[in-house]
Amino acid sequence: MATKTSTKAKPKPNMQLVKAVSSSAAKKVQSAPVFEKKTLTGAEIVIQALVDNGVDTIFGYPGGAVLPIYDAIFQQKKVKHVLVRHEQAALHAAEGYARSTGKVGCALVTSGPGATNAVTGLTDALLDSIPVVCFSGQVPTFLIGTDAFQEADTTGITRQCTKQNYLVRDVKALAGTIHEAFHVAKSGRPGPVIIDLPKDVQFAPGPYTPPAQADLSRYQPRTMPDLSKIEDAVEMIANAKRPVFYTGGGVINAGAGASKLLTEFVHMTGAPITTTLMGLGAYPMSDKQFLGMLGMHGTYEANLAMHDCDVMVNIGARFDDRVTGRLDAFSPESKKIHIDIDASSINKNVRVDLGIVADSEEALRAMIAVWKKRKYKMDAGVMKIWWAQIEKWRAIKCLSYQKTDKVIKPQYALERLQYFLSKQKKEVFITTEVGQHQMWAAQFLKFDQPHHFMTSGGLGTMGYGFPAAVGVQMAHPNAMVVDVAGDASILMNIQEMSTAVQYRLPVKIFILNNQWMGMVKQWQELLHGERYSNSYTESLPDFVKLAEAYGGVGFRAHTPAELDDVIQKMLKTDCVTIVDVCVDQTENCFPMIPSGKAHNEMILSADAKKFDKTLV
Amino acid sequence: MVRKSQQDKKSVYGAAPEQDPILSHTLAVIVDNEPGVLARVIGLFSGRGYNIESLTVAETDGSKKLSRITIVCSGTVHVIEQIHHQLGRLVAVHDVYNLTVEGAHIDRELALLKVRGKNDKRIEALRVADIFRARVVDSTLESFVFEITGSSEKVNAFVDLMTPLGLVEIARTGVAAMSRGKEGVHDGK
Repeated sequence: MATKTSTKAKPKPNMQLVKAVSSSAAKKVQSAPVFEKKTLTGAEIVIQALVDNGVDTIFGYPGGAVLPIYDAIFQQKKVKHVLVRHEQAALHAAEGYARSTGKVGCALVTSGPGATNAVTGLTDALLDSIPVVCFSGQVPTFLIGTDAFQEADTTGITRQCTKQNYLVRDVKALAGTIHEAFHVAKSGRPGPVIIDLPKDVQFAPGPYTPPAQADLSRYQPRTMPDLSKIEDAVEMIANAKRPVFYTGGGVINAGAGASKLLTEFVHMTGAPITTTLMGLGAYPMSDKQFLGMLGMHGTYEANLAMHDCDVMVNIGARFDDRVTGRLDAFSPESKKIHIDIDASSINKNVRVDLGIVADSEEALRAMIAVWKKRKYKMDAGVMKIWWAQIEKWRAIKCLSYQKTDKVIKPQYALERLQYFLSKQKKEVFITTEVGQHQMWAAQFLKFDQPHHFMTSGGLGTMGYGFPAAVGVQMAHPNAMVVDVAGDASILMNIQEMSTAVQYRLPVKIFILNNQWMGMVKQWQELLHGERYSNSYTESLPDFVKLAEAYGGVGFRAHTPAELDDVIQKMLKTDCVTIVDVCVDQTENCFPMIPSGKAHNEMILSADAKKFDKTLV
Repeated sequence: MVRKSQQDKKSVYGAAPEQDPILSHTLAVIVDNEPGVLARVIGLFSGRGYNIESLTVAETDGSKKLSRITIVCSGTVHVIEQIHHQLGRLVAVHDVYNLTVEGAHIDRELALLKVRGKNDKRIEALRVADIFRARVVDSTLESFVFEITGSSEKVNAFVDLMTPLGLVEIARTGVAAMSRGKEGVHDGK
């Protein structure tokens, strides 16, 4: 049905002919026209706007309502389209692309089911503040509201899971809308934006204006900090007896410069630092001032330092419930400083003593300037006492586990993976799915740079890691990209094997296979009387054969003795590779703050009796 | 500012019910008059569990395509502050003014009331309307439609008095509000 509207389209002019006639006219509009013609159709405007906004790769899946855009893609070479096998994967791939490059990720989906499949990815990007622009097809404007074939109210459905969304009804507004969408996606607190494009708008000829002429004045979020507040903050830090830095994804979103400044400032103060899951890599994890990740499965020393500190410096983190634990017992004695680009994050979950609305890079630059200007220095004696306390917590070695040569412990598998990855000459990027393996990856893998660890933090989307790895590998063709996965999560987007094979992406999928939905099992074991309701996977596929069926490579390790060999083989392959690591089925992820408990009520071992089972 | 209420709480989701008093606040929100803005504003309230008591919206500046949304919402000081910031981060929202905290303000509401009755009740309705300075905008031998303008409290009182006198239908606009004094919200813009 939808294709009937194509009768409205003008026939494509002979490209060569147009080239000869209109090259001078086209140059006036923009410097690098993608299409050598005077008037562009809506679909061509989309491509031109992508190019002018620095997009080189777009992840998508065609369908009736986006065919004009696919036709335009076919006729140019500047934007590479990656055909995914499910729209959710297009969004996750765009997220992986965005998070590993610092650029805006792009996706293209069709109307109806295409758009609804994209919703999970959009929500994921919203919760983790990832800049993504998604284009969705829509039925022609004259059919909107008629329950037409593959019609869904995309702007209505996505309103709560996007930072901003648009339905473009007039081709005249198209170019400006796209430029604003890119601006909104990457400015302030980044997030996903969806642009819904009715098919007739894609066909209609319209004017193109380059990004430089777009009016972006209505969205100009504040990035510069209030200097008097910065001075107060620095003074609080300088006078602290037990300071701790607690940083998050905001530092990573602010760019590599922010991470450098953070490292510099933390070194100046000599204070301990912990980061959230989303913040891993903003501060070198191998540095001695780094306490490890905090939160539900964070380290003992990080959580205890948070609980006992007297000045907490939160930069670009949002006091998520997985981080704070029980709110009324959260770091009760501390003065809290919160630097966030989003004013609504300040005082949302935890009341702070000093809230500063700013980009974390700008705030850190200002803090360093004040620190230097006033020649602040931490009291060495006081800091020594604080570090002595932290070392006592560290000495507990909360990440230790029972080593054995009979069965592969998941922690051991990751330690060996880390060992071989650290010897890699290639740049290494890690993505994860969601669950126990994700927490172990955060605990046992080391990231010394930002933008190298991609994980679904806020939404906790199983099936995120593999498509995200596809996006990362597209952006970094020569890098080593490893998706640390679980046997349950990987099946949620396993169809992307096909994408990885088609584009020859040598993504490595490192499955910690315990045949359980591990995190669900862990909670059932510890909190629900070991009643394992629906968390065991009775019939997993043979992952090695599965990889081969798609045209990739598969390896399996049953015993610790086989592990090193398998990892080394995996790192040498030049195509998509699944490694099925058969790990200890009984292992649980510790340490752990049970939901609703305070940081200092952390448990270190699997003693179920220590849990308060009334608190679920 | 750090909350230290150490009361024992059973909920695992930590924060106990807020114990600060619930207050009504009037917010004036200047937005681009474009499709979906109102839905985003309302979605914010429903999605985050905020209470709306009244909401009015109309275009106020045709040349700049700006609309003004007046929202009366209730919550603790903390919740109102959150609402303010959450509204402020929407792309189509230009400014948010909390008229309740920014100084004295006027709020007015318009209501139409249809009152049906005969004889004494009819006369009494007209008398009460006169006391409230309500205008008669439609009349039959058995009914009046009154138009009343005033604060929500005044309208409520009028409605209460009309109920036994044959009130059959009410239409209310919700609150429109503005700060007192010479300052305008568009000053300096």
